[in-house]
Amino acid sequence: MGTSAKTIIYDSAKRGSPAIEELRDIFQYRDLIYQFVRRDVVTRYKRSILGIAWTLIQPLGMMVIISLVFSQVFNRVEGYPIYLLSGLITWTFFSQTTSATIHQMVWGGVLLKKIYLPSTAFAVSATGTGLVNLTISLAPLLILAAINHIPLNSSLLFLPVSMLLLATFSLGLGLLISTLAVFFPDIAEMYQVALLGWMYLTPIIYPANVVSEGMRAWFTLNPMYYFIQMMRAPIYEGTLPPLSIIQTGAVIAISTLVIGWIIFSNKSDEFAYRA
Amino acid sequence: MNLPTAPDADSMTETSQNDRVVLLENVSVRYRAPEERIRSFKEFAIRFIQRRVRFKEFLALDDINLEIQPGEIFGIIGRNGAGKSTILKVISRVLVPTHGRVWIKGRVSPLLELGAGFHPELTGRENIFLNGALLGHSRQDIQERMDDILEFAELGAFIEAPIRSYSSGMTGRLGFAVASAWEPEILLVDEILSVGDEAFRIKSRKRMEYFRSLNATTVLVTHQMKTVEELCNRVAWIERGKIRIIGQPKEVVKAYLKG
Repeated sequence: MGTSAKTIIYDSAKRGSPAIEELRDIFQYRDLIYQFVRRDVVTRYKRSILGIAWTLIQPLGMMVIISLVFSQVFNRVEGYPIYLLSGLITWTFFSQTTSATIHQMVWGGVLLKKIYLPSTAFAVSATGTGLVNLTISLAPLLILAAINHIPLNSSLLFLPVSMLLLATFSLGLGLLISTLAVFFPDIAEMYQVALLGWMYLTPIIYPANVVSEGMRAWFTLNPMYYFIQMMRAPIYEGTLPPLSIIQTGAVIAISTLVIGWIIFSNKSDEFAYRA
Repeated sequence: MNLPTAPDADSMTETSQNDRVVLLENVSVRYRAPEERIRSFKEFAIRFIQRRVRFKEFLALDDINLEIQPGEIFGIIGRNGAGKSTILKVISRVLVPTHGRVWIKGRVSPLLELGAGFHPELTGRENIFLNGALLGHSRQDIQERMDDILEFAELGAFIEAPIRSYSSGMTGRLGFAVASAWEPEILLVDEILSVGDEAFRIKSRKRMEYFRSLNATTVLVTHQMKTVEELCNRVAWIERGKIRIIGQPKEVVKAYLKG
């Protein structure tokens, strides 16, 4: 890149493993990822009067309303609003980044047909944008936690690890499903329905102990169960998540990304062929 | 251009191996679409198992062999849908051919989709960074060329205004200024650019001539036979994804006009 005197040679007959090539390309285009994330964060509120302040006001308002509504239902749970919101921002991140990735690959492939760029750029930047939004929504949440007398302590320092593993899983799943969705656009619609069902199968709104002992075993098959716990423990309980949760979560996250990345990059040559 | 590295030592072609910048070997681009519209994965799976999926194939490029030498202006002519733009897409790496080999030496600068990815809500300056990054340039690279881009685009104070407030001429000027801010080794052009007013057109033509003086290679797709005869060193006539003739502009144009 840039003004280097080295002659660039591209030979379609001498390409290595698609997954590795894609990794190298996306690293070369890292400034593009930054530009995409910046564009998505900046333009979202650009025409409103309060501008960037909305990134704080909007989640705060939503949090207040949702916690008021559900507090009536689950009034036995101590500090319920924080229990709910710590799970909800995790879920929102997950559903928004995966949906954005799928949407951009299915409907936003226009750029891919115009100029060369690594196809994972869309998924990676959607995840980056999600991380920015998640970080921003942590601020009002922590304020609410303080108001609700939830003790905030040093376990919060673990949050970046939780967020990173959550992002790894979301990116991997987004890549997997968007590969399918490029070939079968119906998958994109099906995924929206699946997301709704998946959300209610995950203990986000209700506490895990409202379901019977036998049912609770099923939670361990739900990947999001681990990431929600990892986000919730430091915020709501003021503790580090159990080691077993971290380990299982890390294995799920990393293997999903590796599988998703390999499948996506092996199919990415065909994306530009799709109408 | 005398770097006899041996990336193509095992190549099947006989020509001198250092004097070319683009090589297409048996390149085919095949679009495959199911003959009937299959709407869901389930339907596809059932039919696939029953072997009832029939594909309609469309060869956008059919066994193209082509070599382009450094410094050449290489013209591509042909009717609409013949595959001219597909060749440019293959050279610019947008499309990976279904078959065959693409070999390219040097930085490819596509002057095809000027201002691709421009966002209307971002300012001109912000869009320079976005568009520059889309073309594969680093932030630092763009920063270094910023003054040149601003001067060339002649947008004055508008550069801090959102692009949605621009006229189409202004957007075009900005797109061209960014796309041409780096000296390319291979320039891809789809029709001679007609961006902006007459003064800007003269200026952009001058810039293209400057690139040529640096020995840049140009691949030009056009419908204007006059341009072909005036500018090109060699021309290929493409018909239905195949090369009909490659040769001197006069002869090829004559044959093409005869049909």
